This record gives sequence, structure tokens and C-alpha cells, in this order.
Amino acid sequence: MKVRFTKIAVFAAALIPLGRLAWKALHDGLGANPIEVITHSTGDWTLILVLVTLSITPLRRMTRQYWLIGIRRMIGLFAFFYGTLHFLTYIWLDKFFDIHEMLKDVAKRPFITVGVSAFVLMIPLALSSTAWSIRRLGGKNWQRLHRLIYVTGILGVVHYAWLVKADRRKPIEYGIVLGILLLYRLAVWMGSKFMERRASFPAAPLGT
Amino acid sequence: MLIGKPAAIPSSEITPKATYVNRREFLAGAGMAGAAVATGFAFRDLAVPAVTVSANARIDGLQKSSFSTTEKETPYKDVTNYNNFYEFSTDKYEPAEAAKNFKTRPWTVTIEGDVKKKQVLDVDAIMKMAAPEERIYRHRCVEGWSIVVPWVGFSLSELIKRADPLPKAKFVEFTSLYDPKQMPGQRTGVLRWPYVEGLRMDEAMHPLALLCFGLYGEVLPNQNGAPLRIVLPWKYGFKSAKSIVRIRFTGDQPTNTWQEAAPREYGFYSNVNPNVDHPRWSQAKERRLGEFLKRPTLMFNGYDQVASLYAGMDLKKNF
Repeated sequence: MKVRFTKIAVFAAALIPLGRLAWKALHDGLGANPIEVITHSTGDWTLILVLVTLSITPLRRMTRQYWLIGIRRMIGLFAFFYGTLHFLTYIWLDKFFDIHEMLKDVAKRPFITVGVSAFVLMIPLALSSTAWSIRRLGGKNWQRLHRLIYVTGILGVVHYAWLVKADRRKPIEYGIVLGILLLYRLAVWMGSKFMERRASFPAAPLGT
Repeated sequence: MLIGKPAAIPSSEITPKATYVNRREFLAGAGMAGAAVATGFAFRDLAVPAVTVSANARIDGLQKSSFSTTEKETPYKDVTNYNNFYEFSTDKYEPAEAAKNFKTRPWTVTIEGDVKKKQVLDVDAIMKMAAPEERIYRHRCVEGWSIVVPWVGFSLSELIKRADPLPKAKFVEFTSLYDPKQMPGQRTGVLRWPYVEGLRMDEAMHPLALLCFGLYGEVLPNQNGAPLRIVLPWKYGFKSAKSIVRIRFTGDQPTNTWQEAAPREYGFYSNVNPNVDHPRWSQAKERRLGEFLKRPTLMFNGYDQVASLYAGMDLKKNF
């Protein structure tokens, strides 16, 4: 019941950024350079939602609210949704479907290269987000595949840092949040390795 | 001493189930709220502040200029609400509001360096040196967008002639105001302050180089570089220094602020050039504000009359 209610709330909340853009577009509120605003906003929300999906695991462990896993897939798919919009603004509004120009960009501009890579890496994750895929792949493999989201997160922050002219404060903020979320995983992983090693020396008496 | 039997916990002290279940929900809610706060900072990027439209004093007796383009002018509200003015904010939508109370009077400009008439001039005196002209120029930002602005001013050469530079003066350096109390962007280390720009003497003497103190027939709005700036339509926008307090004549090429910040990306010349890309993005096209499709960028932003200044120079090296 709680998960269901939360899902509806999260679904509605995740549409707010798009709704705001649409509302502003209809009310002449996107300012002097609307395409730039749309590009930045969809990019921002992709990165934010990637960070939110990455924070579900630490959050549910720390608060013991294990049901939170039930909303992770939806948030992840919304990250992909905003990523798709961001990518579309690039190929449509920025390059106007000029394939030649886009290929040149991807080859020549590192910030485009990493941005496109970050997006492409999300595609298999979105495609394998169904319960059927999890069964088909098996939990372990599915989990391994979905660790690609770490790469997407890192590439996303690098994409942002490489495109700004001088003011790196916001990409740094995102980088710090991502760093904390990845360090948490590293700590958990190292902790489990440590426990494994301890477990492999059963003869050691307690308390030494 | 009486040792009493411990009192049984009265039933009134027992937390009802509904309450402790609620507490868990509260924790969950708090978790969600935390996540929301953590992400909420991005909202500031979405929020476009209300458009500020001020009514500035009119400038009378404007003369027309043969340098003016007949292209459609970018609306006043866009010219005055979309500003790269890092002294106030790195967000182009913010200087309009952040510069609202910026004090532009009294204002003096120090003329110094290799020049016969070293002096401190009042900005109002400078504005009266020559007849004000309206010059409708294309303005191309290094970021890939452009506007058309009816600036007000006169050729920078008018001021330079009066200052009478010495023969050894090969360059002119422009310094913008440094006042972190008034300019919040200067309290950050985004760029090194004060902002410095420079021109070769022949560039500065070119009649297209405008000493500017107005736009759309009125006194320059604060967010556009009041009270005195330069406008160099054949160069990327950042070359057109704003809120100038010092003009120094020198024999050595000045290091401009953006060149210092990223020498691989921003050169001293920074002429608009569709054939020389910014290392991180193409300069072949631009988005004219108000247009849906990008248009091709023109060499020297379409001001071919400056080409002779750079004859024989490798513009890929001298970007």
C-alpha cells in the first residue's frame, strides 16, 4: 500500500520538471534563449535522477526502509526519460538532425563524447528493467550489468564539468554527491571482503 | 529505607501501535525529504527570474551610422535580461536583478601609461567628447549565440586621439571596476578580478570600435556594462569590456582575463572566426536569439572591413 502510494507520488514528482518547462514554454517564461534553458534543465534532471537512484540503496540501509527498493526502477527510468529528452534537444534543436555534424562532434568534442556515452550506457539498463529481464539474466548478472549506472554517473559529471566555461561550482557539487555515493559502495564492498577473510580463518580464537 | 516494588508501566505509557508505525513512516518521509533537499538545489537553475525592465534616461540627438545593420534588432527585454556579466553572476538571467542597485555615478576613468595626457576623466565629460551615434551591431558570443543591438556611443578613437598616446604605445588595456561589495560575482574565484581586456592600437583606432554608453536610445542599463564599455562587433563578446575604470596605453601585449583563465581556449585576438573552433565546441554556426534554426557564423562576424588589420597573420595561431 505504502509502496503503491509512494510510486504514484514519485511518478507525479518526477514529471514536475517537465511540467514546469512546458508551462514556461507556453507562458513565454523560458527567457531569451529557450533552447539553452531546455537543454540545461533536461541535462540537470538526468544527472539528479541518476544520483537519486544511486542514493536509494544507502538510504534504505541507513533508515531500514527496505521498501524503498520498490521505487528505484521508476526513478531510474525517469533518469533515462530526461536523458532521452536531453539527447533529443541535442540532435533536434541543436544539430537539427545533421548526422555529419553530430558524428564530427562525437569524434572531436570530448564533452559530447562522454555525454553521448553516458546516455548510450543507460539504454541497456532501461531495456533490462523488467522483472522478466531480471529472471532471464539471473540476479547476479543483472546486478553486474546495472553497475553500468556508476559509469553513467561519472561520465555525466565529467560531461558537465567539461562543458562549462569557468564556473565549475555546480559540476563540483554533483561530483561530491556522486563521490559520496560511490565511496559508500566501496566501503560496503571492502567491509564484505574483510568479513570474508575473517570467515576463512575459523581457527582464530575469538577476542584476539 | 523502603524499597518499593517497581511500578508496572502504566498502560498510558505504552506507545500505541499506530504511533510507532507512524514513526517509521515519518522516518521514511524524512528520508525522502532528505533526497528532495539534496536534489532541490537544481531548481535554482530552472527558475528564470522575472524579467526586469527599467526605464533609463533617453539620450538626445542621436546620429545615424553607416556601420549599422538593417537586420532585425533583438528585443530590448532579451538584450537586457540575458547577460554574460560574471561580476554579477555566471547565470545569464541574473545580472539584470543583481545589478539593479549598481552605482554608476560618480564614475571616473583613469587614462594612464604611455600617453601624453595622463588624466582622470569624469564619465559625463567623456560622453560629451563627441556626438552620440546609434550603431546597430551584430554581437556574437563565444558560446555560440548572437544578438543585434542598437548601441549608443562614438568611436573609441575619439577618446584615444584626445589622450594622445606616445609612439611606443602599441596596445591599449581596459580594466573594469573591482568592487566586490557591489559585484557579488567578484566574491567568487570564478575569474581573476578585476576583469582586464586589451586591443592592439590599430584595432582600438578602427572606427568600428565603439566607446559605448547606451542602447536602444537610452543610457546603458547596469547589466549591460554601465556606465561605460567598449563594443567590438568583429570579436567575441567577452572582448568588449564593461564598466571600465582604467584605460592604459602600453608597449606590451596585455593578458586579457579569459586568456589567463584558459589560454588554450581564449586568445588575445578572439576575432569571430567560423573556421577556428573553440577547443570544446564548433564556432561554425550560431543561434541568433529568437530564431529556431542556427545560422552560419560569418568571418569577422560579417565586418570584413577589419580584415586588413590581420593581413598576413595566421588566424589559427592568433585565435
